[in-house]
Amino acid sequence: MSFHRGRTSSLASGLTARLAIFIIVIAFLVTPTSWSQADGPDPVLAGSDSALASLAPITSLVAEDNTYDNGNALRLIWVPSIDDRLIDSKIIGYRVYRLAGAGEPRAIAELPPGSNQYLDETVLRDSVYSYYISTLSERAEFPSNRTAAISPQREWINLDRGYLFLIALAIAGAVIYYVTVAKRGKKLFVRKIAGLEAIDDAVGRATEMGRPVLFIPGIHDMDDVQTLAALTILGRVSRTIADYESKIFMPVARSLVMTAGREVIKSSYQAAGRPDAYSDDMVNYITDEQFGYVAAVDGIMVREKPATVFLLGAFFAESLILAETGNSVGAIQIAGTARPAQLPFFIAACDFTLIGEELFAASAYLSGEPRQLGSLKGQDVGKVIAMVVMTVGVIALTFAEAWKIEFMQDILDRLSIIFSTN
Amino acid sequence: MPNVGVLVPLVAIFGGLIWLLVRAIRGREVERRVIFMFIFVAVATPILFPITFQEHATPVVKNLFDRIENLPSGSTILMSFDFDPAMAPEVQPMANALSRHCLAREHKIVFMCLWATGQSLLNTTLEYVIRPDFPHLVDGVDFVNVGYKAGNEGVLNVIVSDFKKMFPTDVNGVPLDGVEIFDKVGSCKDFDLILTVGGGRPGPKEWVLFVGDPADVPIGAGVAAVVAPQLYPYYPRQVIGILGGIKGAAEYESELVKTHPRFENMEKPGLRMMGPQTLAHVVILAFIVIGNIAFFRGRRGKKTE
Amino acid sequence: MRQLVPLTITFCVGTLLIVSVFIPPLGDLERTFTLWFDIIAVFAFFLGGGNLLRVHINKLRRRKTDWGFSIVTLAGFSTMLAAGLFKIGNPGDIATAVDAPGSMFYTIFDSVVVPLGSTMYSLLAFFVASASYRAFRAKNREATLLLVAAFIILLGRTPFGLMLTEWVPDSFSLLQIPNLAIWIMNSPNLAGQRAIMIGIGLGVISMSLRLILGIERSYLGGDNA
Repeated sequence: MSFHRGRTSSLASGLTARLAIFIIVIAFLVTPTSWSQADGPDPVLAGSDSALASLAPITSLVAEDNTYDNGNALRLIWVPSIDDRLIDSKIIGYRVYRLAGAGEPRAIAELPPGSNQYLDETVLRDSVYSYYISTLSERAEFPSNRTAAISPQREWINLDRGYLFLIALAIAGAVIYYVTVAKRGKKLFVRKIAGLEAIDDAVGRATEMGRPVLFIPGIHDMDDVQTLAALTILGRVSRTIADYESKIFMPVARSLVMTAGREVIKSSYQAAGRPDAYSDDMVNYITDEQFGYVAAVDGIMVREKPATVFLLGAFFAESLILAETGNSVGAIQIAGTARPAQLPFFIAACDFTLIGEELFAASAYLSGEPRQLGSLKGQDVGKVIAMVVMTVGVIALTFAEAWKIEFMQDILDRLSIIFSTN
Repeated sequence: MPNVGVLVPLVAIFGGLIWLLVRAIRGREVERRVIFMFIFVAVATPILFPITFQEHATPVVKNLFDRIENLPSGSTILMSFDFDPAMAPEVQPMANALSRHCLAREHKIVFMCLWATGQSLLNTTLEYVIRPDFPHLVDGVDFVNVGYKAGNEGVLNVIVSDFKKMFPTDVNGVPLDGVEIFDKVGSCKDFDLILTVGGGRPGPKEWVLFVGDPADVPIGAGVAAVVAPQLYPYYPRQVIGILGGIKGAAEYESELVKTHPRFENMEKPGLRMMGPQTLAHVVILAFIVIGNIAFFRGRRGKKTE
Repeated sequence: MRQLVPLTITFCVGTLLIVSVFIPPLGDLERTFTLWFDIIAVFAFFLGGGNLLRVHINKLRRRKTDWGFSIVTLAGFSTMLAAGLFKIGNPGDIATAVDAPGSMFYTIFDSVVVPLGSTMYSLLAFFVASASYRAFRAKNREATLLLVAAFIILLGRTPFGLMLTEWVPDSFSLLQIPNLAIWIMNSPNLAGQRAIMIGIGLGVISMSLRLILGIERSYLGGDNA
């Protein structure tokens, strides 16, 4: 009996359980979001087969302040809908809604399936916002819970860039340290740069031949540090030209470079005690158009046949056209650029080429002034840092990849964090 | 008849090269204008009498092709025309092939330029490629042209966080707020892919530094051959694929035709220009050999003296 | 005094922009200064355009050598300026883009500027050949390395590269010329490029510090002693 009773009671409890599950399933199918939408908006259904198209909304939606900004961004993070699958997914995306204070919700972005975070950069500091995200199917959308109200905060220091600050401090500190050391009179060794040693000879050659010196400062404006570097060299070159009583001509592609170039040459002539020999016509604006400028400069080279051509600054596809034309008229050519793609052309067609950093070092080198030479020495500290980091990185990567040594992977990860600028 | 047309210059080129080789063995250098003449014939012949070669996409091109091919239809792609007329013969074929591919896959394209000169070249692509090949597509719905904005990297710095701040309207003055594509796009971060075609500055490198990297958006680049080496440091993480020079364009076109046979009869300037490029390379190689022979013979002559 | 003002501005703006990288509320400064520069550069165009006109009008007036070219320059300058300024032949009203298809500006650009630019660019084909002929010579060990690398890359960019080495088994596929060309570009070339880039980066830092601290002032037309 006990067996029967027990069986009956177990049957009864089984039936009750099944019935309960059935009711729960039916209730779930009929109101798919009723449990998870305690304080969220109702689903918006656009079709009669809504029950078939029901999708689970996203969960765990959190809005947080985006760190280290000017109080103009909030970050949303969530767990995508369980229906968000790579294959046969009914989800076509997510729609982000924002409520400013107690205002109406406004759709601010649509995101592709698989998204699990969004950075809202259209918020105002100290305003209060809350969000919810709808999972989108072809015909309906299924909103999530609403986040707690949050307002974006401003941070005064970007601690994410702490490492960058330290690296910058080390390099800049080294430059300033060596400038100070050099100022105190300590002799610093700087290797010989052939292209710069040749400047006096090149200008002397132009004087002997009675032909002009052509100075081409690249095709970029004054906001390019290469143009500034070219103008610093122009200062030294035009001083030598003024001393030798030779002629200089400088066609430019930017108006501001024309003004700056004139100032530089004018003061060189004044410093050489020959202000009367200076003329504004030494520097002429041609055109901003790259190949229009090249055509004009080529024409000048062919007609004037300069004895010396300086090609210093930012150059692009025109580098070889200018350098080969200069070569064809028999000019001695000194070139320099920080555009690695153009360096091979200059090396092939010019007599001397200042490679990358040599262009920036030129002015300091030519002046021979201790403070400027000190700044070059400071650069070497940066090179030592780069070499050490590269060596450690290569060793760590090799060991981490080949022998799966975790410690090496940690070093790599740490290096990536240190040298990331984001 | 075209065969004769091809043969005569080819025989002239190779005959001439042999003659120059013999002169080089005697220690004679070649004059600059002779080199120019040979290059002229080598480039002009395959243009007048097209010679085409089979091309296979290298991984660096295939990666970009596959990305566009595998993006779900309707993805939003930003395409920037950052070049001038001088660079156009080399990079416009890439821009055309990329636009065709994106639109064939039914992606939405936002066209823009960082170079003032890019605007007219973009119009050329719209006028001569998109309109005839995709007459059913609607400006403002399937693609939108926001035009040129001055400011170089400054523009990139702004659009990386707010696109409409720099481009409030399209090129015809229609506010972007009313353009459907921009319902989903607030900043560059919302694009599924950014394509940049160019070679100068600002160009692909600036797109990587100012947009691709900070916004974590994949970038595909079409660049002049001379600039391609500069982009390799960013491949394949930041730049998912690079079309370098005419060869890159030719590889992309052949892959496009292979996957989308409807483009079989399209204009294929990349593949067409591989003929002149190949012949010119062969001539340059021959001149390098001749130059070295002349150099060594000349040096030996001097030593003997 | 002539140098003090620009040096002070350089110091203040330079320092501010460096600091702004680490202080979020100043994050927009770089953008603002870039825009200011562009505005100034636009106004500076009047200087350039004015200079161009002055030089060529003088040349024409004094019948200097090649004065005929000045007529072409002045005619081109004024035609393009008028076409853009007055939107001559624009299909729509004055609000349409200056270079809308059909406008005079577009037509001149398309049929004159584009072919002229392409012509200049195409000169590269000739100059690459003449420079290669002169530069790639096995004068010493380094030059020989350069020559061999150039040879492989040139061949690798043509279908002949594959044709010549197609027989190389797949296990040695690196030795196929196109793959070898890609390896040269991706490994030795890339390593060299990166080294140059690092040098350039450090050079820019050092140069910028010299400018900001006022140690380097020859670009202002001073310190030429």
